[in-house]
Amino acid sequence: MAEKTLKKVDIIFAEYLVSPYKILEETIKRPKNEIIQEILDSGLRGRGGAGFPTGLKWKFGASAKAEPKYIVCNADEGEPGTFKDREILTKVPRKVFLGMGICAFVTGATKGILYLRAEYNYLIPSLNNELQIFHEKAKLLGLDFNITIFSGSGAYVCGEETALIESMEGKRGEPRNKPPFPVQSGYLGKPTIVNNVETFVSASMVCRIGAVEYKKLGTEDQSGSKLFSISGDTHKAGVYELELGMKVSEFVEEFGDGDTKAVQIGGVAGVCVPRKNFEATIIGQGSSSGGSTMVFNSTRSMYNVLHNYLEFFQEESCGQCTPCRVGCQQLLKGIEAIKAGTKPAEYLNQLMKLTETMKLTAKCGLGQSVGNSFNSIVTNFREEMIY
Amino acid sequence: MENLINLTIDGIDVQVERGKSILEAAKIANVRIPTLCHHDDLCVAGNCRVCVVEVIGRPRLEASCAVPAEDGMKVLTSTPKVRTARKDIVSLLVAEHNTQCTTCYRSTNCELQSLSAEYNIDNDDYISVLKPQKPIDKSSWSVEKDDSKCVRCQRCVRTCAELQHVNALTASGKGNHMKISTFLELPMNDVVCTNCGQCITHCPTGALTERRYYSDIWEAIGDPTKHVIINTAPSVRVGLGEMLGFPIGTRVTGKMVTALKKMGFDSVLDTDFTADLTIIEEGSEFLQRLEDALVHKKQVALPMLTSCSPGWVKFIEHMYPNHLDHLSTCKSPQQMFGALAKTYYAEKMGIKPENIVSVAGMPCAAKKFEANRPEMKSSGYQDVDCGLTTRELGHMIKQSGLDFTNLQESHFDSLMGESTGAAVIFGATGGVMEAALRTVYELITGRPVPFENLNIVPVRGLEGIKEASVKLENCLPKYSFLEGVEARFAVAHGLKNARIIMDQIAKGESPYHFIEVMACPGGCIGGGGQPIPTNNAIRRKRIEAIYAEDEGLAKRKSHDNEELKKLYQDFLKEPLGHKSHKLLHTKYRKRNRY
Repeated sequence: MAEKTLKKVDIIFAEYLVSPYKILEETIKRPKNEIIQEILDSGLRGRGGAGFPTGLKWKFGASAKAEPKYIVCNADEGEPGTFKDREILTKVPRKVFLGMGICAFVTGATKGILYLRAEYNYLIPSLNNELQIFHEKAKLLGLDFNITIFSGSGAYVCGEETALIESMEGKRGEPRNKPPFPVQSGYLGKPTIVNNVETFVSASMVCRIGAVEYKKLGTEDQSGSKLFSISGDTHKAGVYELELGMKVSEFVEEFGDGDTKAVQIGGVAGVCVPRKNFEATIIGQGSSSGGSTMVFNSTRSMYNVLHNYLEFFQEESCGQCTPCRVGCQQLLKGIEAIKAGTKPAEYLNQLMKLTETMKLTAKCGLGQSVGNSFNSIVTNFREEMIY
Repeated sequence: MENLINLTIDGIDVQVERGKSILEAAKIANVRIPTLCHHDDLCVAGNCRVCVVEVIGRPRLEASCAVPAEDGMKVLTSTPKVRTARKDIVSLLVAEHNTQCTTCYRSTNCELQSLSAEYNIDNDDYISVLKPQKPIDKSSWSVEKDDSKCVRCQRCVRTCAELQHVNALTASGKGNHMKISTFLELPMNDVVCTNCGQCITHCPTGALTERRYYSDIWEAIGDPTKHVIINTAPSVRVGLGEMLGFPIGTRVTGKMVTALKKMGFDSVLDTDFTADLTIIEEGSEFLQRLEDALVHKKQVALPMLTSCSPGWVKFIEHMYPNHLDHLSTCKSPQQMFGALAKTYYAEKMGIKPENIVSVAGMPCAAKKFEANRPEMKSSGYQDVDCGLTTRELGHMIKQSGLDFTNLQESHFDSLMGESTGAAVIFGATGGVMEAALRTVYELITGRPVPFENLNIVPVRGLEGIKEASVKLENCLPKYSFLEGVEARFAVAHGLKNARIIMDQIAKGESPYHFIEVMACPGGCIGGGGQPIPTNNAIRRKRIEAIYAEDEGLAKRKSHDNEELKKLYQDFLKEPLGHKSHKLLHTKYRKRNRY
């Protein structure tokens, strides 16, 4: 029998075997480029959703010339079905600040900002306590790095790093044109490294156990472990740490309710996997790595699921670029019209072509990824869209 | 050359400076890429995505306006992928648009309409997502805002912020609720809008237009009991041609006068007449201020600021309400004309002022607001009944059925039709200053201003803030207190630059004595009522035309205007006299910042 691909691990939330401050102390004794190389070798990719190699981002940040540099921890956890960052910030905030501290050391950043989703404001007192300790320790270690907390205002698009920066500058949360990328010109025009909460924890983990150990987790393509926020038709919703690269079939066996019809991987910006593809699809491979995993059983109408997603998108698009602003509205109106019979079933093809245009031309990841869930649902559950 | 990079666009080799966009590189290669949110005056937005192109090796299409050209880049601008995407994007914009083009003021001069025609947009592709119609905001005297025609390119927002530093317009809401709005969604007449109309000339569609009054004028012309007169500003004669098929920068003064006469205006007069008058009054006021400061040691607000641009006046009322005493008390030429039309003109012509309909043909949107300011009734009637833009005049001429191209040229009527070159150049940034200097210097010294051929070149051109200075020597006895003074002048255009000037004044650091400010970039030739489009290339051509008109005139100093001399002799008696104060000078009010 083949080896099971679904492996639960317990590293991210594990008790502190070694004090994070001890790790910080040890790490910043090492040469900076060695640390960056370690992160590069680990294969760690951003845990926010886009999956950009973390080591590369840090390398760009380190080589950026301007001062001061900023480290931003993106805790604007807005992807529907994601609630892992909240868990991290509640249970092990010290590991997050450790990761930010290491990043500050290797890039030469002196200012850190935790961009906290407004709904998590209740965490601010405890986070501030933790920051006070962090700042004392950093001072003792001679690390000139100060972290403040910025409370977001509730727009989904502000999870996109340039929209997040705009919002911190007091402007509308609208993604910027890239280039320049934030590592070149970010917050207030200065080099800014934006990473997800979990990414900082994983980076600190790499520094603790080394790239070789880290790469033993997960697959060749996606190394390490990752937190999954599991919700929907499951009897054990919650946050789980799993090694990357597991078959959907095994996932469903573990978390499904016996009647699973489809699994949405990577949040609404990700793809919807129907039952017939459970065996062939690997979670954490190629797909978005945000970690939102929603399970649907046979009582669910996939039309309603898609309708719900599109309502979300048409409202949460920032509205500046045409393909996303109008495209999302079109997709929603389009499936409504087909359902109502005012547009023929073939109109679905037109809408799928539209998602291709959106993917090719939208300004940021939001508009570009709407087609992921749309196409996977429409292709696999076409009859539900029509009848 | 390290700073130059090489790329190909549709196979054409192009060399550009590093940092230039793909769009700019394409222009050099003579490859046309359609755009919508892009405007030469404004920062890059990359919003509309109409300008997408394929870059070999990149997974997605790139917005050519926003993406820098790179060394070795291979760009394709007309592949099936690009064409499909562009057509989709234009279709989406059309699906969001109020497509009643037949009733739209911007029809045939609309960028969305052109794109839609270019890509053969089929209305069946997508379902209309036009929002339920909100009434058109007609609260402002000058600017109408129709959200149903908005393509959300944010050109107006960028114009209001970048060119004008006013920020009356802003994007609000997100996703399907995203729209262009105002502070607290207040109507346009309740916000800091200066009525400059730059948002109108930068709007690609009919979402922002001037409030139009020309139907009222047709009605008045048709009413035999009314004596309808029109005065036209200097910039109209160099802009109007663009509405009627002439190349940019064509002077159509004589044809315009003929057309207006044929259309039925009882008298076609020249705003330049009161521009000359403004110079006399404002120059005298300036000298009075200098005398008060230097001789009588009074507290006088210096530098003095010009007040001919109503957008600028409203700007300072909102933004620098504590510095209104720096503004010249002179009314603008339009308002001086109006006040005299229903007094001096009425008297001389033997027409009852209540039967006169006084119309102003202006390159301006703010002039409509200005005409309706409550204090502008010094004749006992509303001094100016109606301000029309150059665009409205163009439409009226078209409606009149005249063959404009083949019209004979004719001269302005009299009374109040004579003018000098000094008045003509009011239309270009720096013109008021130049005209004032031609007169003031001569008043002080008895000699012509010491610039070759009266051309005060330092105050000309499109640089944001321009400076000049003149040393006053061998002054006439009356002005001996100015002997040896180095008089310093500045010219600012575009309210962004006005703000720099005003910040200096607010800090008490302004090194100048007299400053000309025009609300619109380029001055009136780039006004909010001028033909669309406007950009720096067009502004330059209109400015050239203005100076050519000046050079061609025999009289080029305001104080040489014969009709003006007669006006003082018969009616006003003296500059800054009792009648002048009643009719030609005004007061300002403090307004709030929001």
